[in-house]
Order: sequence, then structure tokens, then C-alpha cells
Amino acid sequence: MTDLECVFAGFGGQGVMMMGQLLTYAAGMVEGKKVSYMPSYGPEMRGGTANCTVVIAAESVGSPVVTDPDAAVVMNQPSLEKFEPTVREGGVLIVNSSLIGLKAKRNDIRVVYVPANEIAVELGNDRVANMVALGALVEATEVVKLDSIVESLKKALPPHRHNLIPLNKTALDRGAEIVRRHAKEQVKD
Amino acid sequence: MAEQILMKGNEAIAEAAIRAGCRFFAGYPITPQNEIPEYMAKRLFEVGGTFIQAESEVSAINMVYGAAGAGTRAMTSSSSPGISLKQEGISYMAGAELPALVVNMVRAGPGLGGIQPAQGDYFQATKGGGHGDYRLLVFVPASVQETIDLAGQAFELAERYRNPVMILGDAVLGQMMEPVVLPEPADLAKIPQKTWATTGTGGTRRPNVINSLYLDAELCEKHNYKLQEKYRQMAEREVRYEEIGLDDAEIVLTAYGTSARVAISAMKRARSEGIKVGMIRPITAWPFPYEPFRKTSERVKAFLDIEMSAGQMIEDVRLAVQDRAPIFFFNRMGGMVPTPKAVLEEIRRIDHSVKGDKLGGRLGV
Repeated sequence: MTDLECVFAGFGGQGVMMMGQLLTYAAGMVEGKKVSYMPSYGPEMRGGTANCTVVIAAESVGSPVVTDPDAAVVMNQPSLEKFEPTVREGGVLIVNSSLIGLKAKRNDIRVVYVPANEIAVELGNDRVANMVALGALVEATEVVKLDSIVESLKKALPPHRHNLIPLNKTALDRGAEIVRRHAKEQVKD
Repeated sequence: MAEQILMKGNEAIAEAAIRAGCRFFAGYPITPQNEIPEYMAKRLFEVGGTFIQAESEVSAINMVYGAAGAGTRAMTSSSSPGISLKQEGISYMAGAELPALVVNMVRAGPGLGGIQPAQGDYFQATKGGGHGDYRLLVFVPASVQETIDLAGQAFELAERYRNPVMILGDAVLGQMMEPVVLPEPADLAKIPQKTWATTGTGGTRRPNVINSLYLDAELCEKHNYKLQEKYRQMAEREVRYEEIGLDDAEIVLTAYGTSARVAISAMKRARSEGIKVGMIRPITAWPFPYEPFRKTSERVKAFLDIEMSAGQMIEDVRLAVQDRAPIFFFNRMGGMVPTPKAVLEEIRRIDHSVKGDKLGGRLGV
């Protein structure tokens, strides 16, 4: 496995920190990799653009603060504007196209548009939009197994919320599916 | 092996302190360390301890003075401006020889500064932030696990030397989450008896007095000699550091805390480019690990000190290295964290000029 530095960004309340924590849990606790999670913790937690970074490594994690990530998930437009220019050449950018009308400008990275909120509404719960986006990221980077994220949900959710796990799993799968379809289209092109 | 869990630095330090027997916490809120008092407020109650949100930092440190004087394992935490307010109490505790743990999750300064991570409190922590000739044992951990391990030892060492111990972290260390293994809770019955504590005589012994006031200058000087002897012993026995890749190193990085994590990333990238880079990472800022610097300075080509300050630890590095090798400096301030990329570029530049040095160029800051 190659090491991965990843940024998640969006409005406070979009479940951005949850995405980062689930990936951290899956990589570190379920798969036994070295991992660091670093949230933004300023006034943006009360609205505005919040973000967190996750660094996953086979041996040891150096800097937990990331400036040029291998992958970024942007859930709103300010996050696209802030983080698109930072993604490393050849990296991955997952764009929540439900809330972001703009297209990414870079052509040296892989950009996948995921209508995360629309899919979540279709599944009956707008709040799983973050899981759709996370599913897309995991599929695009292959940094952990999707099953490890599901395993992490069991730990992250209190027992009386475990009835939501199948819904979250479906949301993850739908995100992953978009990335797979995107890959096939790229091959055709 | 004990179970691994995912924990935030601030919560980890609080849990580790409780497991080490901490039963008293007083503090006053300030970002970026609020998870420490928040966690303590909930957990101390569960173990029969006492949590107090004081009306100010000055009050909190003096409550810790009182609790420590009564023999309880006591702790306070804050971030830079709040730690400045506690300095009077810290000096009093050093003078009265009281053990306690003080945590500083450093943010940007001076003044109110900002809430982002910084390392501008190194002088304050290591050279005496309060008045008088005193020292604190200062730990500078670089990961959540190391923070846990050092918090566990902090109380034991504080009691062994009857002196406050500081954990000097920064906002990154407090806010980040990493997988950790927590130690088993300490057996409180096995903590050595504090024969000096003011716990009530029960009419069976002479009263203990805890005080830092000596109006008789001769007695005060004697007290100071006793303290200095204690600091000498601490300097002799408690130095801690990590050496990484020094065997073949031509350029030696040095940094502590979050800067050290950044430096490690830069070191890995530099090594993959064939540049022979090593590192000395202080784990105690006081006593400072002068010896490994002194030793390596005889054979390496240059040092690069990386800090999130205007250059504070570098004064200790200079004391150790003197003019045996050039010392370069790379920093960010005000809440900015250096990037591995920028440090790597600095390493490349130094590597280049070090090789140029063979042709007779002169180096150094």
C-alpha cells in the first residue's frame, strides 16, 4: 500500500468530520495501519467551511498536517475553491455535484462528480450524503476496504442506531459504484 | 496486548492522568485544550476525584497548589495566555516543592495571539516563566501515544523530585486523533506515602508546613542550594531524546512536538532522494539533551533546527553544538505549521551548500 494523505471539507453539519473519523478508524483500528486524524477546530465548527485531514501510512505517520493531499472530498463550493488547487498531481478529487454547480479546472488530477445529496435523498435520508462521498473516495483510492468502513460504523454508532448500518452501507456502495462507472467511461474515452 | 483505541490528544492526556492516579483537576477554559477539562469534568467524578472550573487561571493553579499540598495527585491545563497567568502559582509550587502536572497546549502568541498551533512558549517553559531560580521538568511529546506515556510518568517524577512537571504540547497534538494503547490504572494504594503533605497530624506528629517564604536570607539561600541540587540531579537523570538515522547522517534535523512530525516526513523524502539526513528529537526540553548534539557535531556537516517559533530551542542547540558545525534554521510562526515540502527544499539547499563547502565556501547562520 502506498501512503495516503486525504482532506475532507464542507459546511459544518455535513458530516465532514465523521467521514474523516470513519476512514481513520477503518485504516487504523480495523486494518492495523498507522494513521493520524486532524480536524479544523476554529469557529468554523459552528458553520462555515470545516475540514479534517487523514494521513494513512504503512510504517509511520510523519506530519499530521497536510498541505498537498493525494485526495480531497469537497462537499460545498467554498471547499472546492480552497482545496482543488492543493491536490497533488495525479491525485483524486471527489466533488459533491448536488451542491456544487462549478466544474473543477484541473486536468492533471482525477475528478469524480458525485451527486451525494441527491443519492442520499433517493435512499430516504439526506444525512447519508457524506457516506456516498466516502464510498466514492474509498473506491477511487483503494486505501481501505469498503467493508472496513462498515465495520467502523458498528463502533462509531451507538447500539440503538445500528439499524441505520444497512442504509449507510447502501450509501457507501452507491458512491463506490459512481467511481467504478467513471473509470469505465474513462477507458472508453 | 491491551486493546488499541482511537483517541484525541487532549482526551488521551486526561485519561492517562486519571489512570496515573490524578484525582484533582482545576482549570479555566481556553482553546485549543478545552477537551481536557471537558473530559475531566465527566471522568473525575466517576473515579471519586474532584473537578473544579475555577473563576480564573490564577485561581485554578492555586487550587492545584492546595490539592498537591494535601498530597493529592493534581493537575491543571491551559493554553499559552492561560499558562502565562499561572506563572506566579507555578513559581510558588516550585518554591514550596509541590508535585503537580501542568499541561500547556501551545497556541500562537504573543498576547491573545491566535488559536492555531505554535511553539512560542519554549523559553517560558524551560528558562523559568515565573520569578526566581527554579526549573520544571518539561516533556515535549510528538504523538498521542507518547503524550499518554509521559503523562503517566509525569506524576511519579513530580513526586520523586517534589517539583511541578510540564507537558508542553501544541494545538495539533491536542486536536489530532491517533490509535493508542492506554496503560492499566495505577494502584493508588501503591503510590508512595507523602510524609510532607498537610493531611492533619491526628495529634501524633509535628505539623507539616508548606511554604515558599523565607524571610531569613541565609535560610532562603540554603533553600535555593537545596533546590539547585535537585535540579542538578534532574538534569543528570531525566534527559530524554530520540535519535533517528544518525549513523550515516550528514545533515541532522532537530525539532520537537509537531515540528518533529513534519521534520520526519521531510527526512523520509530527503532520504529517498539520497540525501543523508538524520534527526535528534528532544523528548525533554528541560533538561535539554545537549550530549547527543555535542557528540554528533564532531562529525556531521550541518544541523537544521525546525520550530514553530522565532527560534527558541535553537539557543540550546547552539549551546551544545557551538561552532563545531553550522546550524541552519527554518520556522513558521503565528499558528502556521511548516510543510514537509518546505523543509525538504531547505534540506536540499543545505545539502547543496554543504557540498559546495568542500570547495572552500563558508557556512553558518
